Amino acid sequence: MTQWSGYLGLILQGALVTIELTLMGSVLALIMAFLAGMGRVSRFFILRAIATAYIEFFRGTSIFVQLFWAYFVLPFAGLSLTPLQAGVLALGLNVGAYAAEVVRGAILSVGREQYEACTALNLGRWQGMRHVILPQALLVMLPTFGNNAIELLKATSVVSLISLADLTFQAQVVRSQTGSTLMPFLSVLIIYFALALIISWGVRTLERRMARGLDGVRV
Amino acid sequence: MDWDWNFVWEIMPTLIQGVKITILATILGSILAAIVGLGIALARRSENRIVARSVGWFAEFIRGTPLLVQLYFIFYVLPDIGILLPPLVAGVIGLGLHYGTYTAEVYRAGIDNVPRGQWEAAKACNLSGRHTWTHIILPQAIPPMIPALANYFIAMFKETPLLSAITVLELMNQAKSVANTYYRYIEPMTLVGAFFLVISLCSVVLLRWLEHRYGRIER
Repeated sequence: MTQWSGYLGLILQGALVTIELTLMGSVLALIMAFLAGMGRVSRFFILRAIATAYIEFFRGTSIFVQLFWAYFVLPFAGLSLTPLQAGVLALGLNVGAYAAEVVRGAILSVGREQYEACTALNLGRWQGMRHVILPQALLVMLPTFGNNAIELLKATSVVSLISLADLTFQAQVVRSQTGSTLMPFLSVLIIYFALALIISWGVRTLERRMARGLDGVRV
Repeated sequence: MDWDWNFVWEIMPTLIQGVKITILATILGSILAAIVGLGIALARRSENRIVARSVGWFAEFIRGTPLLVQLYFIFYVLPDIGILLPPLVAGVIGLGLHYGTYTAEVYRAGIDNVPRGQWEAAKACNLSGRHTWTHIILPQAIPPMIPALANYFIAMFKETPLLSAITVLELMNQAKSVANTYYRYIEPMTLVGAFFLVISLCSVVLLRWLEHRYGRIER
């Protein structure tokens, strides 16, 4: 029985790697989502075209293929990535493409009168976006961003296949060392589920905080 | 980084074999997901509170955990309790179960969208519970769901590379074995990516058509 604690330690180490990946991937995804999402509603054709190409490309090919491409093919182009870098890059760019559509949808969901009010107040395009449109759009985006973050958490399990020691990888290690299958996989499933619950709870809390003071504005 | 067309033609037959398995897994997985989803959606509406609650929690759990770990679970844990499955069967069950929890939400929304009056009319015509479902509710609920269901089946298609982790010889696995034999990653990995991109770009057109054909709800 004593050795289980050692193996549990191994799995918890994997959980730390998974959390680290999820956080770094989410930051990259968030940046890409805003860049590409605002690019999609830009005035300039070229920006719209680049953003659309990025979104279609990363939504069209699966995360697994992108990860393998980043890890195995990019070195031939002279860009060697560590497994962690490849993982964060692939996860961030992939989920960022999905989230970009959320950003676009949320920006378009803000009513016409808000844009007209911006013009009436003589705000520049960027000022109007920054002070009027985005604060309202952000609240619309949040719940879907929460779902995207959970998708990202689930997608991190794929990095175990490029030898990054995350939760899934450690479960395989424990399986091959002990021959026991139920304990490692069930505990890993439960940890993933707990992390997903934490994310959805965090997003709900954030949503409630941000909605404060906007009651009069939102219909 | 140099691209070798001769090598591409040489590995093509192997990759096409993988494509066949990928498509087979997607079709079987979609059928299973459609059935499992309907089962979950109906169970969650059950009169029996315990059944409804426990199925709800089970679906929530599956949706919050990675498909890869679930595949490992089916592939490694079930043989220990005497259920030995071939890799492809295990993969199809994993895909069907995982996406079944997503399609269950589509069914739920579709069923909730059938107007109350239809239920009351069925009752007024003295139809039994089974007849109400098969003749009144489902025929009205299913057509508007078709685009959303197709969307999940396309998402499932993009997740099939994960089956390579449990030794199913689908496209990704064939590409990996080719790459490991010749130590050339550029062509196989890029071809896999291109294949998925082409299919999902085509599927966008198919989705548009489905939405046009079935998406509108007649009132």
